Amino acid sequence: MSTLSTGRARKLGDDIDTDTIIQSQRKRETLDPLVLRNFLLESWDPNFAATVRDGDILVAGKNFGCGSAMEVAVTVVLGAGIRAIVAKSFARTYFRNAINNSLLPVICDTDAISDGADIEVAASTNGLVVIAGGNEIPASPLPDAVRAIVDAGGLVPYLKHHGDFQTLPHPAT
Amino acid sequence: MGQGRTIAEKILAAKSGTEARAGDTVICTVDAALGTDASGPMAIDYFRQMGGDAVKDPARLVFALDHYAPPPTQKAAGHLKTVREFCAAQNIAVHEIGEGIGHQLILETGRARPGALVVGADSHAVTYGALNCFGTGIGSSDLAGAMLTSKVWLRIPETIRVNLEGCLSPGVSAKDAALALIGELGADGAAYKALEFSDVGAAELSMDDRFVLANMSMECGAKAGLLDADAKTDAYLSGRTIEAYAPVSADIDAVYAETINLDLSNLAPQLAEPHHVDNVVGIEAGLGQVVDMVYLGTCTGGRASDFHDALRVLEAAGGTAPGVNLVITPASREVHMALLADGTLAGFAEMGAIIQTPGCGSCCGTCGSVVADGMTVISTANRNFKGRMGNPNAEIWLASPASCAMAAARGVIADPREVLS
Repeated sequence: MSTLSTGRARKLGDDIDTDTIIQSQRKRETLDPLVLRNFLLESWDPNFAATVRDGDILVAGKNFGCGSAMEVAVTVVLGAGIRAIVAKSFARTYFRNAINNSLLPVICDTDAISDGADIEVAASTNGLVVIAGGNEIPASPLPDAVRAIVDAGGLVPYLKHHGDFQTLPHPAT
Repeated sequence: MGQGRTIAEKILAAKSGTEARAGDTVICTVDAALGTDASGPMAIDYFRQMGGDAVKDPARLVFALDHYAPPPTQKAAGHLKTVREFCAAQNIAVHEIGEGIGHQLILETGRARPGALVVGADSHAVTYGALNCFGTGIGSSDLAGAMLTSKVWLRIPETIRVNLEGCLSPGVSAKDAALALIGELGADGAAYKALEFSDVGAAELSMDDRFVLANMSMECGAKAGLLDADAKTDAYLSGRTIEAYAPVSADIDAVYAETINLDLSNLAPQLAEPHHVDNVVGIEAGLGQVVDMVYLGTCTGGRASDFHDALRVLEAAGGTAPGVNLVITPASREVHMALLADGTLAGFAEMGAIIQTPGCGSCCGTCGSVVADGMTVISTANRNFKGRMGNPNAEIWLASPASCAMAAARGVIADPREVLS
């Protein structure tokens, strides 16, 4: 088993929408994640941004990142030094924006993870696992097709390197 | 397992040149990709970071300056300038400030056609599904990738079949049907999946109603909200495109993740309470709720028929109540011109409405009228998240154009059927 990310759990609820992650009107002033990080999750908790530490891991319920497809909702999280989000499920646009920016989206049951706990996301032979309080929580593996994008560090480095999408293993017509 | 395929499977297999099925991830060539002044600047940055020089096929790309229309700050004006300069250099079409919401313009310009794949760097690209087009939202990186390669990666979604039964009663609209569906499915009930609305029930619906159903499918997490093409589709597209298109329908033995029935005939007006779209209740649960601002517009409720519905109720109910701030935003210039021509805008002006520039307007707090702390809004939009309209200390209710107009007339949430026979 190899460690992908370790950090302090920052527990959130269900249906955290992108306007809650970063309010739309904030991005009209700047797109700089290092500025926007000061407003991360401000309508959830005005003190959240001030208490974020590098390496913290967001731990949420279902449907994390619902709402807008705005990608700053991902880059602001990375800007705050968070490199993984563990949730029961993700909204599809948030999931793909996370993949495309190499912010690790981990899908597993999060009920047993408590706020402030030190947790670890690790790759196992069966996929992903979250280790919290001595328990191993199995997590959904990333689809092979998108793992190459995450492994490259996101879609920008992936396409910079390859110049085009690499063929996926599906039967051609 | 049957061999039949859904609309989503057929379109995405064709666009990827594979025989892939639901659950497979494929690389698809897009027919068109939309960027906006909100998602575009980051995509342009990423395109350059990818080593992009010239976009692969400018004809497949279009940008709409809709979120900051007009730009309320110097920085926002800078985002628009960035997009304009990039598009001029790359020979990409730009819809200027005031032309309207990008999604509406994709519909009006015939880029969304049966069987096409059109992606938008904005979540409500699902609206194109009303024209039997696989429309889905992507991010800025994806848009940058599409500029570089004309391709996106997509997981082919499983499909939920939605059988629409019966006809809507007077005073009840497609927005009410969409809210009822979201209330039943929940905010993530269709996550990673497509919705496919039955051809029989949907055939009764106008194109504007179909746009509402497809648009709102995003709010239960759907990747696409797809309808069949029929004579109404052809009539809508007539004069908007000269490209040939081939409608795509599901096989009779297509495999669905789930089938649900939605009875339109017994439906009452619906509301989404603050701060989640799936907090859906019948209108009786909100009666008497005081409203400070009524908002009519957006890619959900900003089309001509929406304003006709609203004005009919406002006039029948005796006009705007004192103290209510009525703000309206046509979805596009085409809509604006139609409302000018038929006198609807004059009617709204007489009702004391603030008429904003066609575009996203107040929907997501990026421009237009914003609300003060403690204010309550009722809106024809698709989202009511905390902070959505630019103030996290305001409350937003969602409803149909008729219900919003009735709230404007009464100053409180009321049932529009009271004034409609």
